[in-house]
Amino acid sequence: MTMFSRRSKLSEEVSGSDIFNKETEGLSQGQIVLKRFFRHRGAMVSLIVLFSLVTFVFSTLGFKILGIGYGGWWKYKITDLPALRTAGCSIELPGCPSLSLIPGKGFGLGDHPFGQDDLGRDYFSLVMRGAERSIEVMVVIGLVAAAVGITIGALAGFYRGLIDAILMRINDFIITIPIIVLGGVVSFHFGNKGILFLAFFLGVLSWGGLSRLVRGEFLTLREREFVDAARVAGASNRRIIFKHILPNAIGVIIVSVTLIMSGAILLESALSYLGLGVVAPDVSLGLLISQYQDSFTTRPWLFWYPGLLIIIIALSVNFIGDGLRDAFDPRQRRRISRKDRSAERAIATKK
Amino acid sequence: MLAYIGRRISALLVILLGSTFLVYVAQGYSGDPSEALRGSTDPHVKAQLASLIRNLNLNVPPPARYFLWLKGVLGVFVGHFNLGLTRDRNPVSTYILAAVPVTIRLILLSTLLAILIGIGFGIISALRQYSRFDYALTFFAFLMYSLPIFWVAVLLKAYLAISFNNFLLNGSIAPAWIIFASFFSGVFWAAVISGTRQKVIAVFGIAAASTAVFLTLLSVTKWFTHPGLGPIMMLALGIGFAFAVTFVSTGLSNKAALRSSLTVVGIGFLLYFPVEYLLKKYANLLTLFIMAIVTITIAIATSYFFAKVDRRAVARTSLITSVIAGLLFIIDKLMKTWVPYINTDAIHQRPIPTIGQINDLLPAGNFWFSFLDSVLHLVLPTIALILISMAGYIRYSRGTMLEVLNQDYIRTARAKGLSERTVIMRHAFRNTLIPITTIVVVDIAGIIGGAIITERVFGWRGMGTLFITAIDTSDLNLLMGVSLIVSTLAVLANLVADLLYSALDPRIRVVGKK
Repeated sequence: MTMFSRRSKLSEEVSGSDIFNKETEGLSQGQIVLKRFFRHRGAMVSLIVLFSLVTFVFSTLGFKILGIGYGGWWKYKITDLPALRTAGCSIELPGCPSLSLIPGKGFGLGDHPFGQDDLGRDYFSLVMRGAERSIEVMVVIGLVAAAVGITIGALAGFYRGLIDAILMRINDFIITIPIIVLGGVVSFHFGNKGILFLAFFLGVLSWGGLSRLVRGEFLTLREREFVDAARVAGASNRRIIFKHILPNAIGVIIVSVTLIMSGAILLESALSYLGLGVVAPDVSLGLLISQYQDSFTTRPWLFWYPGLLIIIIALSVNFIGDGLRDAFDPRQRRRISRKDRSAERAIATKK
Repeated sequence: MLAYIGRRISALLVILLGSTFLVYVAQGYSGDPSEALRGSTDPHVKAQLASLIRNLNLNVPPPARYFLWLKGVLGVFVGHFNLGLTRDRNPVSTYILAAVPVTIRLILLSTLLAILIGIGFGIISALRQYSRFDYALTFFAFLMYSLPIFWVAVLLKAYLAISFNNFLLNGSIAPAWIIFASFFSGVFWAAVISGTRQKVIAVFGIAAASTAVFLTLLSVTKWFTHPGLGPIMMLALGIGFAFAVTFVSTGLSNKAALRSSLTVVGIGFLLYFPVEYLLKKYANLLTLFIMAIVTITIAIATSYFFAKVDRRAVARTSLITSVIAGLLFIIDKLMKTWVPYINTDAIHQRPIPTIGQINDLLPAGNFWFSFLDSVLHLVLPTIALILISMAGYIRYSRGTMLEVLNQDYIRTARAKGLSERTVIMRHAFRNTLIPITTIVVVDIAGIIGGAIITERVFGWRGMGTLFITAIDTSDLNLLMGVSLIVSTLAVLANLVADLLYSALDPRIRVVGKK
């Protein structure tokens, strides 16, 4: 019976919206969104985790952009073949992980934090390279899908008519092709052209849902008074699209892009797992899991670390997306906690 | 309406043509099926190459070859369906026909369960918005959403299948596990049934204590090595389900529904021994099918006997109860098959398999053995698929339910004094189902794509395996066979979603040309 028990919320809601209004008084839309986002604990933690992880991963092995290079602080490269570590490991299992999070002797990364594979390759550097690849793929897919999806959705929603009909048929077309089928076909044959090519291609296939959302937003927003006002004031179509409508649709876009990105990291790892994505000698997290899954019973660390990295990255991106959704949704009413209520009372008594 | 459907179908056919063309040409230009032969040193290589080129029309460029392939596919309208030949000169359609049932078996059960569990949890979580249960479930859903299925699969194999098989050798539960499970069950039920602090503590105590007693009983009686329900246990379970189903479906105040579903359970109890005999004597699918029809007939007849008004609600309640009772019969029968099954040489005391879709070594001809075998082979892939796909349904149904609960008609329903159960189940839940339906339909098409990975991990020989073989060997016709099925399903799912939406929601009316 208690499953359906009602909690009376009516009185809460009245004073709740008062508190809410007081908090947002005199703030711009952007400030309100930021304020709400910072209050979403899960999203904030995820943002910090993701940021530190990305910094850590990309500084480990170093990088080179436009001639400016940084060597990386880690002593091994993915091609190095150091001898298997025996100190501290059982005799049957040389090359065990040296990472220790328990304070005391041996605390820290050690020689091979994530252990070594059977050849002796340092698994930490392999996993870091894999994570680099996965993050790159995620960002490229997200950016390409966003660029294509926004352009097509905006054109279709703003101009309607024939353009809309043609673009939406193309959209149906993209949505109905299972991405793993076409992505598999292409990446199997062009995997050697480099991972960014593959990511670009997958991005070109992932914009279907986003462009539908953007089109819907544009269809409703273009009928609003402020668009009429801008047109009467003599604004060009381009100005209306970029200055008046797009900023109002940005919430939907950002949320949808974060979802595409978290899906992208799983898509890449799934394709690499099937042997259709990244191919050796390049490394990706999905490929590492697929290469070492049989050693789960003998060398479990070869299986755990790449999987954990995929989960951490995808989970934080998902939480950030959730925080953004809450922050951008004007109908979302925050839960009024006891603390807010006492603060409210304190303000009232001061007056 | 008909004109609308006609227009939609013709648009979808064009899309289907386009997408198959794209896949065909992409694969046609990028993979050469004769590549392996060209490097071979076989003296007959020239003849083989010539016959391969002849069979697969390799001398025609891909865009033109597509139309040769299309001609074969369009033959479906005149009765000559032809998907072409594979590289080893067998018709593609035989492979496809063998693979489709396997994939359907793999995804059907897990999809149904994921939908049921996901929507159920999503709605409870919406009713308890911002409670600890809600936060925990949200975190869980996001975690599941971020898991790669092939990673989960390896964990399930190691920790579920192998550990459970080891556990079965003895069959008694360690005390630490009993304590942990009781604590967990207490926390779970206390979170679901919220209320005042005293009540939460009481619920926690009752749930934890009963779980502990239950598990100890199972452990002491070695139930896991000799499972079974028996008539008395089944009656008790049946009565419990009758009350639960009536409570959710119509409310316990509807005496006719309660009496009707209890009677259905009673009839089932009286028929226990005859049904058992029939299941043993005539063990085949036909018997099960006939019994299902008889069960449904009994349920509807009983509800008509008890209900004078509002017959549909009562019939619905009895029908759900009777289906659950029928499942109990099958579970009971499977449990009785358990001991002889795990003692066969093929199983050798390790019943939960980690790989494959069927055990080939099992003695053929025993219906219940192969039934149990299929069920056990489904355990791991089904759990993996449920964990992954449930997350989306939890998030989506929670969001939709919260939106519906904010509507004016919910406030109206409460204001006119309806009970909370009626408000939730009749006003909110039904309206929540409308958008969920469309998501589910579109998802089913995506699940087939996802099954590719699941099949690979668990070693099933379905569409996914065909797809990977086709890509690995550059087998164009085989690949096209798979993607034709998958794309057709995706396209049809989109159409069904649109039609369902307009059928379920009277506010949306299709504008057909008059």
